[in-house]
Amino acid sequence: MIKLTINQKKHQVDVDPDTPLLWVLRDTLGLVGTKYGCGVAQCGACVVHLNGEAVRSCVTKVSRAAGQKVVTIEGLAARADHPLQKAWLELDVAQCGYCQSGQIMSAAVLLKENKNPTDADIDAAMAGNICRCGTYLRIRDAIRLAAEMQRNPSKG
Amino acid sequence: MTQQKTSITRRSFLKSSALAGGGLMISFTWLSAFSPADTKNAPDVNENWMEINGYIKITPDNIIKILNPNPEFGQNVMTSLPMIVAEELEADWQKVVVEMGPHDSVKLGPQFTGGSNSVRMYWKPLREAGAAARHVLMEAAAQTWGVPVEEVTTKAGMLYHERSGKSGTYGSFASKAAAIPIPKEVKLKEVKNFNVVRSSRKNVEGLKIVSGKPLFGLDYQQPGMLIAMIEHPPAFGMKLKSFDAAEALKLPGIKDVFSQKLYEDGFEQGGFDTRSFNDLLVVVGNTTWEVMKARKKLKVQWEPAGDTKDTMGGRGGKREVLVPGELESTDAQLRKMQEYAAKPAQQLRKDGDPETAFKNAAQVIERTYNAPFLAHNCLEPMNFFAHVTDEKALLVGPLQAPGWTEPTLSKVLNLPADKIEIRMTRMGGGFGRRAYGHYLTEAALISKKVKAPVKLVYTREDDMTYGIYRPMYTATYRAALDANKNLIAFHVKGGGIPEHAIHANRFPAGAVDNYLAEGWQIPSNITIGAFRAPRSNFNAAAEQSFLDELAEAMGKDPIDFRLDLLKRAKENPVGKNNEYDADRYAQVLKLVQEKSGWNKAENKKYSRGVAAYFCHNSYAAHVVDMVMRDGQPYVERVVSAIDCGIVINPDAATNMVQGAVVDGIGNALYGALTHKNGAAEQTNFYNYRMIRMHEAPQKIDVHFVQSDTDPTGLGEPPFPPVFGAVANALYQVAGKRFYQQPFSLQLNSLGVL
Repeated sequence: MIKLTINQKKHQVDVDPDTPLLWVLRDTLGLVGTKYGCGVAQCGACVVHLNGEAVRSCVTKVSRAAGQKVVTIEGLAARADHPLQKAWLELDVAQCGYCQSGQIMSAAVLLKENKNPTDADIDAAMAGNICRCGTYLRIRDAIRLAAEMQRNPSKG
Repeated sequence: MTQQKTSITRRSFLKSSALAGGGLMISFTWLSAFSPADTKNAPDVNENWMEINGYIKITPDNIIKILNPNPEFGQNVMTSLPMIVAEELEADWQKVVVEMGPHDSVKLGPQFTGGSNSVRMYWKPLREAGAAARHVLMEAAAQTWGVPVEEVTTKAGMLYHERSGKSGTYGSFASKAAAIPIPKEVKLKEVKNFNVVRSSRKNVEGLKIVSGKPLFGLDYQQPGMLIAMIEHPPAFGMKLKSFDAAEALKLPGIKDVFSQKLYEDGFEQGGFDTRSFNDLLVVVGNTTWEVMKARKKLKVQWEPAGDTKDTMGGRGGKREVLVPGELESTDAQLRKMQEYAAKPAQQLRKDGDPETAFKNAAQVIERTYNAPFLAHNCLEPMNFFAHVTDEKALLVGPLQAPGWTEPTLSKVLNLPADKIEIRMTRMGGGFGRRAYGHYLTEAALISKKVKAPVKLVYTREDDMTYGIYRPMYTATYRAALDANKNLIAFHVKGGGIPEHAIHANRFPAGAVDNYLAEGWQIPSNITIGAFRAPRSNFNAAAEQSFLDELAEAMGKDPIDFRLDLLKRAKENPVGKNNEYDADRYAQVLKLVQEKSGWNKAENKKYSRGVAAYFCHNSYAAHVVDMVMRDGQPYVERVVSAIDCGIVINPDAATNMVQGAVVDGIGNALYGALTHKNGAAEQTNFYNYRMIRMHEAPQKIDVHFVQSDTDPTGLGEPPFPPVFGAVANALYQVAGKRFYQQPFSLQLNSLGVL
């Protein structure tokens, strides 16, 4: 049994310790907001937060997450009202939408560490997340907008 | 198309009925909503799509539910199609609830996401459905209030009688309205009175997307569901010889390993039954990771398949097609394409006397363009849920064309179509790939074999190496100029594996006195399929680069040169069957010329490339503005001009064009799927380069031609000309022309990328 804390909720899972966190989230716990895109840490669709750091859950063994704090897109904000989620809706970023939870989770770590990211900061932080539909411009704009909301909550 | 019942009366086309719990349901029959011209252009799905109903439900508490009939893969039809209904219904958009419709070709129409047709084919029927619902609501109110129906007005889900001051919600009249016959004719709103259509509305699934709700096929789960994967041969031209699963079966969670034939010998394949491999080596287990691990323990012997035959049915009638067994490599394919290009080809169109014109030319310019296979790389890999029993089948997942897949499932499972339920989830991309439903059939056969609900999952590697690629193309363009540098003849000879890309009746056909288009093709065991703007996505790269080079040779501005040709095509068109409207084509060029400040001095800092193209009934032009950044060419800005008729949801449409531009830049610069001895050389995103955030432009300005013309396609048309515009901008940057895609290879050899 491996003990996990996901979105502040405790779980015990009976899986092979080598199982990637991604598949524990999706198959075992039914938290399917975290996506499978490549399985080799290339596309960013599976990004979750492990103790506040962005990690690729497709290559993160569940044993590494044992006893640690995991946050997934489902737990980013209680009412799905994180500034990034609000900005994403405000700018209607998504097309197919499949990559967007990973994009938001990557961006959330950027905004936590850098309250006022430049375009270059955004490009660098988001280079690991592929959007096949090509919504990159709106993702950039949404991150800028969310940063502004975060600095000045009245804008939200 | 033989079973069309175009004589259906308006009364039978629209039906109203009461909902069980009170309220109104409007359904309508698809066909009579089409004019004969529309039905001719509508996709030929299957015999079942003739009579189709969609519906609007209004509950007494004034909730309006609109079913979206067409599969959603990011083109935003979950929002745009219901907007069309809501417009004519005069519904309060805030009170509209949208649900994805199930597969039901009788009630919901062609249900085909492809060919940029979603809005185009549903435009009129959905308007009429909305208008009819509004009319019976007005009748119900008029009867209740004892006033003439002409005096009843509607606004945002409310009914009013101004003179008496009476008013009520749609919901309060819904039950009564359900008993009122649908009128023979419904009056549609004038375009100038639209207030839902043409105004930007947010994606109705936006909140679910950003909060990680289950939406996609891969997210679908059922109690007791097993996971299945298929080990396919390592190369095209190979097949399963034998396997030893003893080690794999020892692993925890593994239920079964078996081989399974997809189609029986002689199975008549329809046009969308493409599959790369027929012998499926299947691993079934409890969880995805357990199955992935077990696959590594399989001991499999593969062997060359040799030449094989496929039986094709469908529109061309039953015929056998030889699938060559050769293990193909990209180098050899390129050599073979050169050989074929030198041979006589099939004539596709000829105007005037091109042979003589070329003989008498003062100057002949000849250029050859090549492009590789491309993988669709939908970010959600192929997958489908199936639960098949002896009596029925339930299938849930991402699919563009359920109407094409259902007859195949029916044959393969030996179940009548009405025992097969297909539910379409939101798709994590499609781009044409998910029109080919082999993975549903695979999932269904696996479920039938293991007698359990199963989700078939392709890994990224399975997905990328499976095939159904954008074909490999080449085309040689020739232009003849007279002594005064006038264009007197134009010749295109295109080929490919396994098809050529030439659209013989498109621009510049019609604009040049002497014109010749030819095509040839090389059979292959590498499977191909529709890829965002099939064929156009190569033509627009090659032809638009060639026109750019031609303009330069003729000493003309590239936009003015195209406008001159279009003027000729408009005023004195050459030949017949020219597919495009020269005015609309010219208009997007003029719009992009103006909006990009084409001739303005302040834009001299950019290396600029222009291209325009017509496909899927719409017109698109782009100006790509390139700069050198960190020693590499970078598309900093793009200005786009589009004519797709009425734009339903402007902000979402802008998003789609921006996405198409980014997709075009990415594929033009990096996209390539190559082969070595039959095996795909790219297997995942570390060796198949996809455009990323830092490579996307800073700005993409999208301008739509203001139009009252019925809407046409938008998903595909903006994509093809991006390739040409990028090639032409690269020429300005590098001083060399780019003939081979992906362009990054040539940039590498120039030492700039």
